[in-house]
Amino acid sequence: MTHAIRIGSGLGFYGDNWEPVAASIERGQVQFIASDHLAELTLAILQKDRQRDPALGYARDVVPMLLRLWPLMQPRGVRFVCNAGGLNPMGAAQAVRKALAAAGWHPRIAVVSGDDVLHLLQDPAARFDHMMNGDDVASVRERLVFGNAYLGAQPIVDALDQGADIVITGRVADAALFLGPLVHALGWKLADASTPEDFHRLAQGLTVGHLLECSGQGSGGNFGSQGHWQNIPDLAHIGYPIAEVWPDGTAYITKAPDTGGLVNFDTVRQQLLYEVHNPHAYFSPDVVLDMGQIQLHDEGQHRVRLTGAQGRAPTDQLKVVAGFKDGFKAEVSWGFSWPDAWDKVQAAENMIRSQLKERQMPFDELFVEYPGLNSAHGPLAPLPPAAELNERAEIWVRMVLRTPSKAVADGFGRLFPWMALSGPAYTCGFQGMNSASELLGIWPTLIPRHQVQARLEMLEPDA
Amino acid sequence: MNHTALVKIPLARIAHARSGDKADWVDFGLFAWNEAGYRLLEREVTAAKVQAHFAPWLPGQVDAWPLPNILALKFVLHGALQGGGARNLRLDNLGKAMGAALLRLDIEVSAEELEQAQKSPRRGWWPEMSPRT
Repeated sequence: MTHAIRIGSGLGFYGDNWEPVAASIERGQVQFIASDHLAELTLAILQKDRQRDPALGYARDVVPMLLRLWPLMQPRGVRFVCNAGGLNPMGAAQAVRKALAAAGWHPRIAVVSGDDVLHLLQDPAARFDHMMNGDDVASVRERLVFGNAYLGAQPIVDALDQGADIVITGRVADAALFLGPLVHALGWKLADASTPEDFHRLAQGLTVGHLLECSGQGSGGNFGSQGHWQNIPDLAHIGYPIAEVWPDGTAYITKAPDTGGLVNFDTVRQQLLYEVHNPHAYFSPDVVLDMGQIQLHDEGQHRVRLTGAQGRAPTDQLKVVAGFKDGFKAEVSWGFSWPDAWDKVQAAENMIRSQLKERQMPFDELFVEYPGLNSAHGPLAPLPPAAELNERAEIWVRMVLRTPSKAVADGFGRLFPWMALSGPAYTCGFQGMNSASELLGIWPTLIPRHQVQARLEMLEPDA
Repeated sequence: MNHTALVKIPLARIAHARSGDKADWVDFGLFAWNEAGYRLLEREVTAAKVQAHFAPWLPGQVDAWPLPNILALKFVLHGALQGGGARNLRLDNLGKAMGAALLRLDIEVSAEELEQAQKSPRRGWWPEMSPRT
């Protein structure tokens, strides 16, 4: 095989914009789109959907997204992989099939599941220590609401080998959404990978996936800097990153012509290290990546060559992220105007603290921050002296209560309204009368690979 | 101008950065624009210094790795998100703005070193800006 293939970035999160994906399909000469709808916390949101309606629990944007994109993909033979299945991949696939069939389209849809391991975590005999602090899962076992293993690329490869046009998965490693099509199209060894070259190719593919899984963040979006982000052209019409990948693993990061954004050494390497811990041991189900020898050669004109990713065999464990109920919060925000804005904020805060005490409302923490002053950088952005703050045009306060009691969270907002007529003067913008919501703790852990069985199903086309 | 006199500058003057989250840890990529800038980052921005910088706010452990191949340093700050994004009460519950907090860190360099870091060509290609409508 001598040809490269091109794969484009889909969404980077549930709620992202898919118009740049249309540009990649129409002008970017891609054969595949891979779309990551699941951030670490997204399953927590989907869990709440599923509690309301068992037919939900997937990232619902995949339906309108494919109604827009499938008619562009079909004539060009572009195939689509996504993890929008969330906690209910079959539900997502059926919703997509139904919506597309109503428009007269009948793609072959594959469903990848088997990532749900909640029942294993709930087994009282099982040990699933917290990856970061070593705690025993027994401390949260009764409160677990989801637990999903990160699957690898193999079931995606199988689905594409069997002719799927659209592959919808639950939780898989984000980069596996991209590695799957690369292995399928370039004929790389995956399950039977054994030589250093096999693993280096997979490492290149994993790096490509990592660079593309956050959509515009790989092509100049969210470019963290002082005085430089302004020089990135036309973010409002950003082109999401596209990778051109050769059989030997050499890859070029680029984007569709006539789009905004910037693909260069700087924007690509910001994404390369994003959400990476030890860069010499970036774990995935398919390969362990060492970034230490990676070379990013900037060829100019939105084209960066990627070489040098080193790979080694994966471990016999898969990462699991579980979520558990972790109490409630209620939050209020309120603006206080000049004069004496700072003193009035302090007075209001003290009144609330004494009310919580007088009414014996139990709570773990009353967290207070001042949007516009310290909510982004805490004490690293030092507060000006009180006299200066009192001269400010306005001071905003955000008070958030953390409590194990839903009733206390429900009652927090109602501690405030009396102050509108009987508290400090010149206030505006009170919000949060009914703001109680449940908090979820995240439990990352590891599971022996043999306990997780990926499942692949091909949907029958809708008549 | 005394080129050997030390000047104190925030990292933002010679570096760019992005932060991300996994569970309760926030990670940072810190990037020099060129080799001259990287030499300063490598010398001045140690794990201990990053830990001391965040300590008044988030006194967690800091791990660090150099990546000279891409002129970057990688840092991980433990215990940064009140237990994790879904239970963190801060407006910035995922630490997205914390990359900028790292760029507030002050380092001391000589005027000559600063000039080299700022004037040396960047390794990355940046287009001439032409206004689009």
